[in-house]
Amino acid sequence: MIRGLALRSLCSLRVANLVEYLVGPLGLGLKDSNSYVRMVAAIGVLKLYHISVSTCVDADFPAMLKHLMLHDPDAQVVANCLSALQEIWSLEASSSEEASRDRETLLSKPVIYYLLNRMKEFSEWAQCLVLELVVKYVPSESSEIFDIMNLLEDRLQHANGAVVLATIKLFLQLTLSMTDVHQQVYERIKAPLLTLVSSGSPEQSYAVLSHLHLLVMRAPMLFSSDYKHFYCQYNEPFYVKKLKLEMLTAVANESNTYEIVTELCEYAANVDIPIARESIRAVGKIALQQYDVNAIVDRLLQFLEMEKDYVTAETLVLVKDLLRKYPQWSHDCIAVVGNISTKNIQEPKAKAALIWMLGEYSQDMHDAPYILESLIDNWDDEHSAEVRLHLLTAVLKCFFKRPPETQKALGAALAAGLVDFHQYNVSVAERVVNPPKQAVSVFADTQNSEIKDRIFDEFNTLSVVYQKGQNLQITLFQLRGLEANDKDLLLGTSEKEESRGPINNGSEYSAPMYDGSSVSMAASQTQAELTISNPTLPAHASSLAIDDLLGLGLPVASTPVPSPPPLKLNAKAGLDPGTFQQKWRQLPIASSQEYSLSPQGVVALTAPQALLRHMQGHSIHCIASGGKSPNFKFFFFAQKAEESSTFLVECIINTSSSKSQIKIKADDQSTSQAFSDLFQSALSKFGMP
Amino acid sequence: MISQFFVLSQRGDSIVFRDYRGEVQKGSSEIFFRKVKFWKEDEEGEAPPVFNVDGVNYFHVKVVGLLFVATTRINVSPSLILELLQRIARVIKDYLGTLNEDSLRKNFVLVYELLDEVIDFGYVQRTSTEMLKSYVYNEPVVVLDAARLSPHGRAAIFTQGTKRMPGTAVTKSVVANDPGGRKREEIFVDIIEKISVTFSSSGYILTSEIDGTILMKSYLTGNPEIRLALNEDLSIGRGGRSIYDYGNSSGSGAVIQDDCNFHESVHLDSFDLDRTLHLVPSDGEFPVMNYRMTQEFKPPFHINTLIEEAGALRAEVIIKVRAEFSSSIIANTIIIQMPLPKYTTRVSFELEPGAVGQTTDFKEANKRLEWGLKKIVGGFEHTLRAKLTFPQESHGNIARESGLVSMTFTIPMYNASRLQVKYLQIAKKSKTYNPYRWVRYVTQSNSYVARI
Repeated sequence: MIRGLALRSLCSLRVANLVEYLVGPLGLGLKDSNSYVRMVAAIGVLKLYHISVSTCVDADFPAMLKHLMLHDPDAQVVANCLSALQEIWSLEASSSEEASRDRETLLSKPVIYYLLNRMKEFSEWAQCLVLELVVKYVPSESSEIFDIMNLLEDRLQHANGAVVLATIKLFLQLTLSMTDVHQQVYERIKAPLLTLVSSGSPEQSYAVLSHLHLLVMRAPMLFSSDYKHFYCQYNEPFYVKKLKLEMLTAVANESNTYEIVTELCEYAANVDIPIARESIRAVGKIALQQYDVNAIVDRLLQFLEMEKDYVTAETLVLVKDLLRKYPQWSHDCIAVVGNISTKNIQEPKAKAALIWMLGEYSQDMHDAPYILESLIDNWDDEHSAEVRLHLLTAVLKCFFKRPPETQKALGAALAAGLVDFHQYNVSVAERVVNPPKQAVSVFADTQNSEIKDRIFDEFNTLSVVYQKGQNLQITLFQLRGLEANDKDLLLGTSEKEESRGPINNGSEYSAPMYDGSSVSMAASQTQAELTISNPTLPAHASSLAIDDLLGLGLPVASTPVPSPPPLKLNAKAGLDPGTFQQKWRQLPIASSQEYSLSPQGVVALTAPQALLRHMQGHSIHCIASGGKSPNFKFFFFAQKAEESSTFLVECIINTSSSKSQIKIKADDQSTSQAFSDLFQSALSKFGMP
Repeated sequence: MISQFFVLSQRGDSIVFRDYRGEVQKGSSEIFFRKVKFWKEDEEGEAPPVFNVDGVNYFHVKVVGLLFVATTRINVSPSLILELLQRIARVIKDYLGTLNEDSLRKNFVLVYELLDEVIDFGYVQRTSTEMLKSYVYNEPVVVLDAARLSPHGRAAIFTQGTKRMPGTAVTKSVVANDPGGRKREEIFVDIIEKISVTFSSSGYILTSEIDGTILMKSYLTGNPEIRLALNEDLSIGRGGRSIYDYGNSSGSGAVIQDDCNFHESVHLDSFDLDRTLHLVPSDGEFPVMNYRMTQEFKPPFHINTLIEEAGALRAEVIIKVRAEFSSSIIANTIIIQMPLPKYTTRVSFELEPGAVGQTTDFKEANKRLEWGLKKIVGGFEHTLRAKLTFPQESHGNIARESGLVSMTFTIPMYNASRLQVKYLQIAKKSKTYNPYRWVRYVTQSNSYVARI
């Protein structure tokens, strides 16, 4: 006991000078007759390794640990040896062949079987460790798989959730290739998982629920009859409720939709506002999954009659999305939506949704033009760019359908819109036309199956809770390190893809985000519509309207004209962070130079965003940026207009010395010089009026 | 593998802080606390138990208002860490008797010693109180817990049984000796069931579930083997039938559990045969068995709510609660809550004539009606009439504006599942050895709500 304590204290001193005094006691400790001392010594070796790699390896400690691991009578000593060896060898593996071979031997059949046979002696935590190891083991024949599963079956009844989850992971991985057994495993693990959810503390059930959520994504049918387990209890913390709501949406199918939606409606009527919102969103998601839409639409319309501000607001957004997917319901919805007074709706999103519907279905809504007109009268009180934008398009749509009534409103709207340009500076206008992109709020929705599979491989790790694969996590963290608070940029690239579609794209689910180009697209599209549908319109009025329209689109569209290029860049280049990282690693540096900034540029560079916007004007996009004055760091990329050849740039700017360091990498080396010139000229124009 | 472990008080002071690997910066406890505290402003709701800030993963578990936190940089199993935190809290409680800020501060030497033994260099070593006892030598400083005397402590759920049970037992430290010098030989087996019932507005049961635990706390010397026999008609799992198939399960009278799990010290060799559990109890408190049931059971209370509108400015809410259990059983500390419409200004209450030990309150801040009853004797019915006053004409439907009626209670010596411990046998060392055995049942509400 005292030997053990002394050894632990000695090893815990993280001082390199003392290393020589450590080797002797550790060697003795590993051979001590008391298991406590051996246990401490095993971890001590790992500590020594972290202080001084060479001393540890020279003293041949790993080999001693291995011997101990395979022969020690005390299970905890074995477990400690195992964890120490795993850590040492995986750190060594990159540098030495031998270590990676050693690591392989851990996964050999004798070792695995030896550990499995002693399973019951291990403490619950060590059991998790061993189970994690066994997951990596590939059995050679199917009888082995069944042996392992029979041996470990009772682990599923363990009270410790970590053991159960580790066992489940093992079972699922083992049976991946055997479809029918895999299904049986699902059946078998269902009950233990549900028990874990309800027996532990809320924190534990959160962890287990995240795993259940993953399983449900893979096998929705499995839990569809157990949906009642995912009903929320009123005293559960928010994070558990939210997960349960996600589960309910995931398990919904033809047979249980009615009950689930009924239950969700109860939550919506609840006094707990965030949960009410979440449940309305859940109802909407179920509706979009196409089950029993009829009943759901009725329910949603009932929400609108509840006269609670937040309920109405959430529901409006949903109804809008639903109408895009199921235009056939428009009549029912419009009747109810028409009765909602715009005065009661404060939230910009809901307001925008309402305005969109007013515009889209103005032919069916009797007083749509007049509502819009009154909204335009209050233009100045409306600060949200989204609402203003929707208002503009809605008035336009309305105008094309019912010209005489709307003409006045349209004029007012356009005037108001133009005032925005003249009165304020261009940046305000840009805010209106090109509102800041919102980060994608639901990661799971955009998750493709590939990522899901990858998470599944990392079952029983944090990836499940974060719903992100490990690699993805790392990229995100690294980029976040560069710019912790600007998530938009990270996701901006992928979003631009979505926002480029036409405004009234019926199948588009996510709320459209407009940029300059889509407005002008819409304008040209509507122009075409106009000539067809309204031949009787007074020519004067229409041409005026179009002039105004183009005037609206042009200021924005014309500002980002690229400098006279020998090299044309694609203005809408898209690249996701992952590819960027990959390319950055692969490509050699094409050019690297120092460059001084113009004094105006230095002054203007108070925040990274300013430069980003400027560079975007030159078709050079930013993927990540960060830093505080005076040091800024940017990662840019650009794409050639005709081909998919990309350029990657790392740019470090020091504003106090007005120097910038630029590193450029390119797919096509021959054009890198041209691009470098272009980049510099773009950079030099920064800050110029 | 974890990097740091720390315990924070409600105000964010770190009471205990242990750095195992030196991989995470020192200020992590402040970063963590700020993130948790301001979570509401950045995102919706409360902070989830696991989150990541700048590549550091933070895990936390709330135990009696204290935050037990672990940090790590690597991708580990979340449930492993969360279980571990919960376990550390339990071990500390076993040692200190009571777990609160005060007792932690007074015993911090012992706590650090424990933490060193539980985790070494981030790897978990031992978490069983039993095994730790041979390595941890500090004596706990006993902190007299004021909460024990108040009706909210853990001990208090058994208050009805004061005659049978020494009040100090539950909060006694497993290692401290009694002042008298001799340790009392005793063992507690608690069957604690948490029931969740949702009634529809018409009084039907929508969902019902029992989450039960058999909790054992042993103060026996020498750790003799124990046999615990349960109902013989107990069956586990329900083959091909749907879980919500109430029809045929109610008549048989058998106790059917959907699923259960056991502590690692339990041997199930004869469980399939005669429903007995063999175990060698380790010191300290641990759950022998957790189980979950969705079998239909008779709910202990029926709640009836009636809302009558009396003109535009008034309404009356009538809540009736009927106890459906036998009159020898008494439920205690009952609280019934109901959110009222936001625009309610005044509420006047009217209890039954001759009501004793009942309190009524209208919480102005969150517009909530609270009705507390000290006890309800089985078979009795109690009624509350609340007259609501509104400032101007009531808009909308009052029933829709007010929330669901929720009820919390504890019923000692009652269990909804009819699971029973038939006998508790301790392997005897000698004829004279006859330790005290306490088998206690208690039913608590988990989520007991009625919709209106």
